[in-house]
Amino acid sequence: MEIFGIPVQALMGQLLLGLINGSFYAVLSLGLAIIFGLLNIINFAHGAQYMLGAFAALLGLQYLGVGYWGALLLAPVVVGVLGVVIEKTMLRHLYKLDHLYGLLLTFGLALVAEGVFKNLFGVSGESYAVPEILQGGIRVPFMYLPIYRAWVVVAALAVCLAAWYTIERTSLGATLRAATQRPDLVQALGINVPVMITATYAVGAALAGFAGVLAAPIVQVNPVMGSNLIIVVFAVVVIGGMGSILGSIVTGLGLGIIEGLTKVFYPEASAVVIFLIMVLVLLVKPAGLFGKQA
Amino acid sequence: MKLKQIAQATALIVFLAGAAQAQVSDGTVKIGVLTDLSGVYSDVAGPGTVIATQMAIDDFVAQEKPKFKVEMVSADHQNKGDIAANKAREWFEKDKVDVVSELVTTSVALAVQKIAADKNKIALISGAASTAVTNESCNNVTVHWTYDTYAVANGTAKAVTQGGGKKWYFLTADYAFGHALEKDATAVVKANGGEVLGSVRHPFPGTDFSSFLLKAQASGAQIIGLANAGGDTINSIKQAAEFGINETQSLAGLLMFITDVHALGLKATQNMYLTEGFYWDFNEETRAWSKRFFEKHKRMPTMVQAGQYSSIMHYLKAVKASGTDDTAKVMTQMKKTPVNDFFAKNGSIRDDGRMVHDMYLLQVKKPAQSKSPWDYYTVKAVIPAAEAFQPLSKSSCPLIKK
Repeated sequence: MEIFGIPVQALMGQLLLGLINGSFYAVLSLGLAIIFGLLNIINFAHGAQYMLGAFAALLGLQYLGVGYWGALLLAPVVVGVLGVVIEKTMLRHLYKLDHLYGLLLTFGLALVAEGVFKNLFGVSGESYAVPEILQGGIRVPFMYLPIYRAWVVVAALAVCLAAWYTIERTSLGATLRAATQRPDLVQALGINVPVMITATYAVGAALAGFAGVLAAPIVQVNPVMGSNLIIVVFAVVVIGGMGSILGSIVTGLGLGIIEGLTKVFYPEASAVVIFLIMVLVLLVKPAGLFGKQA
Repeated sequence: MKLKQIAQATALIVFLAGAAQAQVSDGTVKIGVLTDLSGVYSDVAGPGTVIATQMAIDDFVAQEKPKFKVEMVSADHQNKGDIAANKAREWFEKDKVDVVSELVTTSVALAVQKIAADKNKIALISGAASTAVTNESCNNVTVHWTYDTYAVANGTAKAVTQGGGKKWYFLTADYAFGHALEKDATAVVKANGGEVLGSVRHPFPGTDFSSFLLKAQASGAQIIGLANAGGDTINSIKQAAEFGINETQSLAGLLMFITDVHALGLKATQNMYLTEGFYWDFNEETRAWSKRFFEKHKRMPTMVQAGQYSSIMHYLKAVKASGTDDTAKVMTQMKKTPVNDFFAKNGSIRDDGRMVHDMYLLQVKKPAQSKSPWDYYTVKAVIPAAEAFQPLSKSSCPLIKK
């Protein structure tokens, strides 16, 4: 059986691959959406934080003997702590200013981080092995699926759902949302708002670090791995609606699949298809698919 | 009065004679290294080529004790043709640079070799890959030193096809360089009785190659030819291993450097064939030079970095031998002198600007065979200079009279 001249088997395989890539988009755009939605900061350092997560895993293994599972927990913590430092020393002063200042600051930080790592490790980077228990693959009816890729989808979806649930359905999340809407009122109720905001940025950064560890066994760990991805992820956030948590998750997965299909039918366009969709969405729904009109 | 005139005339004669003796303008030869210092090709070329150039200058001054000074300037062209063109123009016009060198990335090389021709200065290209440099874009002030797409595709594709890998499928970076590599390799595969089942073009630079690799897998080809470079090649190979593709099909990297193998590790690259213009562990001479380079750079040299040293040394010797930095005279001297150093044996520069020298067909060692760091290759064959490069009979360079 064929669809537009492509065997269904091949199509299914490509859909699955699209879903896997979409999981990365989802985790990364989720972090961006949390930071933007709650802090109003366009975090351009997100790609660098993703790269730092991957390097934390790599260096942890080489110098401290921390394996993949340890890294999956520790690397986000490391990146999150760095996030705390950035928020406390720099970002904090920019909340009252235009979005552009936060964007410029984080973009600058990303360039610095990339430059330092290029200097230390070169651009070719290093390989990070797939953890032993997840090596190999399984034959599903239509393709050979590496076990690690299946794990990526599971882990990414679990983290996305947990983050969405925490923010939208728990009292902690409710307080957090309230604190960003009316910091003065929430503060008056005896809640330490600055700490909550710092924690939010740290969690957003930690999500990027987590995605970095997830990606390390799949792509070469190198200083530019984040900047290759971040522009696409920003497009995902814009399409989903800046700041919409659920929107970023759904759009991330959906665009991964669309990109995967483009790779089947017209591979040359696979790098631009997401941006074409972005243009269309902005024309029709300027606030994004899930965004609320300001 | 008369005495004064005589004195003046004498002074003038002395001045002119002095000027005639020191024909190297300002008594200084200035070498520009225009390379990718921070981008995707900075491991292959980059800071290592600046170090190699400095080594060549230091060695030349120590060995040849020239009467002129040698200086170096370097800049990052960020792999952008327009930035490179502006920098080269500025160097030639304002900074009295005599030769611009390295020029990794085809678009950069093509832009700069044109400016060199306009300004009548020399361009020595080490890192750029495309054969266009010495074909349709050729000129008489450019030398393409280290390798080109024809040479690397020829070596690897021929060896693999003759070794039984008859059915090919290409994974090609979607820009001029990738297309050139695919075209050159396709010709070689067909000439050796193989067939090309198809190709897929991926965006440059890419991150995830799994979709393209699955297409290649489904094509039923024996060999997946990687017509890409740098990070794209690295990720293609890594992900091919992940999807178990290398169990049923073989990969052939059409343009790979030792730094790619270093970054991927031997487990992922073992048994792959590749072609390079230089391998540090080839003989005593290459080892001796590479050890010196390693002490400064902490990495073994790529062929681009070794070729850079070789080209600068050859240029400086030509300036000394011809006693001038005049472009035409130095080019004539360079072309009539064979290149004999650790990099090339009996290399020569053809009229199209191609420096032809032996290339090496290499196979990546298994992890167990590797005895020390950077011990990565077994030299399977030395491809003689006459066979390694595109023959002049097929050249489209207007300088070649047929």
